[in-house]
Amino acid sequence: MALTEKDVERLSVLARISLTEEEKKAFARQMSSILDSAAVLDELSTDRIEPLIYVLSKYNVMRDDKVRPSLANDEALANAPLKEDAMFKVPRLI
Amino acid sequence: MNLYHLTVHKAAEMLNRREIKAQEVLEAVSRRIDLVENKIKAFITLTLDQAEKKAKELDDRHEFTGLGGIPYGVQDNLCTLGVTTTCASKMLEGFIPPYDATAVGRLKAAGAVMVGKLNMDEFGMGHFTETSCFHPTNNPWDLTRVAGGSSGGAAAAVAAGEVYYALASDTGGSLRQSAAYCGVVGMRPTYGRVSRYGLVAVASSMDQVGPVTRNVTDCALVLNLICGYDGLDSNSLEAEVPDYRGYLETNLKGMRIGFPREYFENYVDESVRDAVKKALLKYEELGAVVEETGLPHSKYALPVFRLLASAEASSNMARFDGVRYGYRDEEAQDIAEMMSNSRGRGFGPEVKRNILLGTYVLSKEQYDTYYLRAMKVRRLIKEDFDRAFEKYDLLVAPTTATVAFPRGERNEDLSDLLTIPASLAGIPAMSIPGGMVDGLPVGLQLMGPRLAEGTLLKAAYAFEQAADYHLRTPVLEV
Amino acid sequence: MTEKYEAVIGLEVHVELKTNTKAFCGCGLSFGALPNSHVCPGCLGMPGAIPVLNRELVEFAIKTGLALNCKIAEFCRFDRKNYFYPDLPANYQISQLDLPIASAGYLEIESEGVKKKIGINRVHMEEDAGKLVHQGSIMTTPYSLVDLNRAGTPLLEIVSEPDIRSPREASMYMEKLRSILLFLRVSDCKMEEGSLRCDANVSVRPRGQERLGTRTEIKNLNSFRSLERALEYEIKRHIELLEEGGELVQETRTWDEDRQVTLSMRSKEEAQDYRYFPDPNLPPVIIDPEWVERVRKTLPELPDQARERLMSEYNLSSYDANLLTMSKDVLDFFDACVAEYNEPKLIANWVMGELTRLLNQNNMEIKDCRVTPSSLAAMLKLMEQGTISGKIAKVVFEEMFNTGDAPEKIVKDRGLVQISDESAIKAIVDEVIAANPKVVEDFKAGKEKALGFLVGQVMKASKGKANPEIVNRLLREELSRP
Repeated sequence: MALTEKDVERLSVLARISLTEEEKKAFARQMSSILDSAAVLDELSTDRIEPLIYVLSKYNVMRDDKVRPSLANDEALANAPLKEDAMFKVPRLI
Repeated sequence: MNLYHLTVHKAAEMLNRREIKAQEVLEAVSRRIDLVENKIKAFITLTLDQAEKKAKELDDRHEFTGLGGIPYGVQDNLCTLGVTTTCASKMLEGFIPPYDATAVGRLKAAGAVMVGKLNMDEFGMGHFTETSCFHPTNNPWDLTRVAGGSSGGAAAAVAAGEVYYALASDTGGSLRQSAAYCGVVGMRPTYGRVSRYGLVAVASSMDQVGPVTRNVTDCALVLNLICGYDGLDSNSLEAEVPDYRGYLETNLKGMRIGFPREYFENYVDESVRDAVKKALLKYEELGAVVEETGLPHSKYALPVFRLLASAEASSNMARFDGVRYGYRDEEAQDIAEMMSNSRGRGFGPEVKRNILLGTYVLSKEQYDTYYLRAMKVRRLIKEDFDRAFEKYDLLVAPTTATVAFPRGERNEDLSDLLTIPASLAGIPAMSIPGGMVDGLPVGLQLMGPRLAEGTLLKAAYAFEQAADYHLRTPVLEV
Repeated sequence: MTEKYEAVIGLEVHVELKTNTKAFCGCGLSFGALPNSHVCPGCLGMPGAIPVLNRELVEFAIKTGLALNCKIAEFCRFDRKNYFYPDLPANYQISQLDLPIASAGYLEIESEGVKKKIGINRVHMEEDAGKLVHQGSIMTTPYSLVDLNRAGTPLLEIVSEPDIRSPREASMYMEKLRSILLFLRVSDCKMEEGSLRCDANVSVRPRGQERLGTRTEIKNLNSFRSLERALEYEIKRHIELLEEGGELVQETRTWDEDRQVTLSMRSKEEAQDYRYFPDPNLPPVIIDPEWVERVRKTLPELPDQARERLMSEYNLSSYDANLLTMSKDVLDFFDACVAEYNEPKLIANWVMGELTRLLNQNNMEIKDCRVTPSSLAAMLKLMEQGTISGKIAKVVFEEMFNTGDAPEKIVKDRGLVQISDESAIKAIVDEVIAANPKVVEDFKAGKEKALGFLVGQVMKASKGKANPEIVNRLLREELSRP
């Protein structure tokens, strides 16, 4: 198996997703199987192939430095779970 | 006459001639929803009150151009100003965007009447609209079967006559696959042809917005409105948008059609292969030259897609953290715990697994092995298409390996296998009703080179007129 | 001890650019506005929003790269740096990883008359995060508040090579960098407001050793002073540790301004992995030579060039030239003033003397100041004509600074015209001599200093308005009478 439960746990910290023990187990299995099936890519020699990062050949897509209207403060905060003094309220950092 | 059953173009014509009123059209759709929605379960949110107001306004002003006055639905991952946009996720339950997706905004400006937000797999992750946190959607042709996904709500609603058409999205094949299972027309335009602004991103390099309609003419009409440059999407194409109705003709003389042999291998149900081969014969009758061709890297498309899509999604979906909107664990003591619990509880298992997979794929030690390699193979897949289009105007293949199957019966891997390559290549592709197997629709997939939406519409229209599959509708009234 | 060791310092500088709009959305920049009032779906990290690059950001980056003698990349792109923090709306920062817009440049500092090049490793474009507001300290606050007005503000990160060898050099590098950026008018460069931020990497090694010592990174350096102090502290700490035979830990430390120490920032931090990857939302930027040349043509005179000009054209000392070229606004003021009154040295003295003193006293910038180059020139002309004395000029100048009035008006309104009428001065001189017989005796006995006292008394009696030259001359004449 490519990934252990420990690996999944480490990833869950990095991705900020709390998991149950059952989820860790199941995800380790499922993700390993997906990664195993990606082994088929090893058949191809890709050393000299440029990665396809952009599917279009566009470049230099830029806008003028002109101000567009912003949202009003109440619109910006309308969906906030908690707010105070025109700001988003979050629990302490440490 | 059942107004809900009209095509978009017919209804538009009648509205324009004052033969019917927008309010009557809406009323018909509303009754239809009352009648069948409890069987189909295509909607997450209905907005009939707002729709009535808008229909009345339109009737009062009597300004009907294009799609004005015609009821439609929007997949719930396209942002709608003032209307909840959930992506079928507990994470976004109750989220009300302060903006319209560009495609939605354009339809709105054209007077289109939105009747609701359509069900989907949670954040588009899933295959049969089963990962929706609300409910699965059933296939109108057989309620025990899947409607496909992630655009199952859109395809089923269109097929069942609950809306005239729908806006949906396609990352790996979502709207084409759902359209195929539900026997309707679904077009994924060229990447960049329709603005992605306001489409909740999963895999930004593949996400596209497209129409789901009951016939090809309607598809052309919707494309006319939603295609075109948008300064809010850096990947929006500037190419001029033709009037797609101009492509709706039946003479295919001289058209070169290739069918890629990899799409006809044994994993594709024989009945589906037969149906598509019959369709190819029809194309020959219509004057096209039909030849076998190859897209040799097709078999790598699924793993490439999974690696790239999960990686992009892991980053795109980091924004759902409970700080500014969306689900939040209120009990958490510190910020890291709050984010982790909000995400752990707000996302369903498919989404969490995908994000974790993408996090792994992008991690420093794994990047070259997985992400970089997948981007390289993506180039090979795209070049397969480039080569094919040197020889052919378009490629024809099945959209899915099977027809819609009973819930819980089949392997999900097969469901997107044939739609993913076009997504990776960024080319336009559509699914049209291409045959029937045991009373269930078969999707015929047309794929063309960049910006060849017109060619696809032409070939689709000619086939549609020569066959009659688009006229068949599921029977829901018992 | 310090002779035995050598410090190796590299600086990472973040500059907020003063474009009209943010890096990837059309929101205007703000400082001190109502929280979350300069935000949109894009910089709020709302679902479905897509970044669109601000052309001005690229222009400013090219400009800066050129001014720092960098090679401008023909092809560069944006990458996402993924990490979770509540002030980072999308929980990734759009930045540039392996293809920055500019690299391999340098800037020149002058240390004790010796010129030295400090290499610039790279300049890259990125977006700023928002701000967190705490109740009290970050350690004890029960909760935090998030203001995203700053989120998405365009930044340049400018990374030096580890070519800096002392805290003094570090601060000279910063001063030079700051003056270049000010001359380019790409940033306000206010360290206190955070539009210019600096992190320092420092290590210490025995002189002559090639291999670098263990390095620490210092954050929270909010002024040139704290930069120098923190480096001094940290270098001393390194040396002491090495001398004791201790082991340095590679870590990030924060400068505690109150206690004047660096503190380890070790927290329960997990191993960080930013999972950089190219941002699929942003097509690459291709900069052809024509574009570079077009920008090069718009480059203004830079501090080094201006310095040369001041020294060669006006014969100013290198010290004066340095001070006048710290800021573009100061130089422009100086140049404009010289254009009206061709006394560069005198003007330099006034700009660096009285004007700077008053600006500092009032915590103002030269561009907000009511004295204009013309009004200073006019005042200096009054001095030259003898209308006012040098001493009165200071009074007039302060009045100009406070009121913005023309010097002629101030002189007239307040009756500050210099008295050059000899008979009027003679009368005062006679009075002073009569009133101070003892001092007069002293002078006559050879005490030259006593004259100064008498001059002072005359000036005092004339309320400072008597022409000092005439006062001197008349006093001497009277006192030399037998």
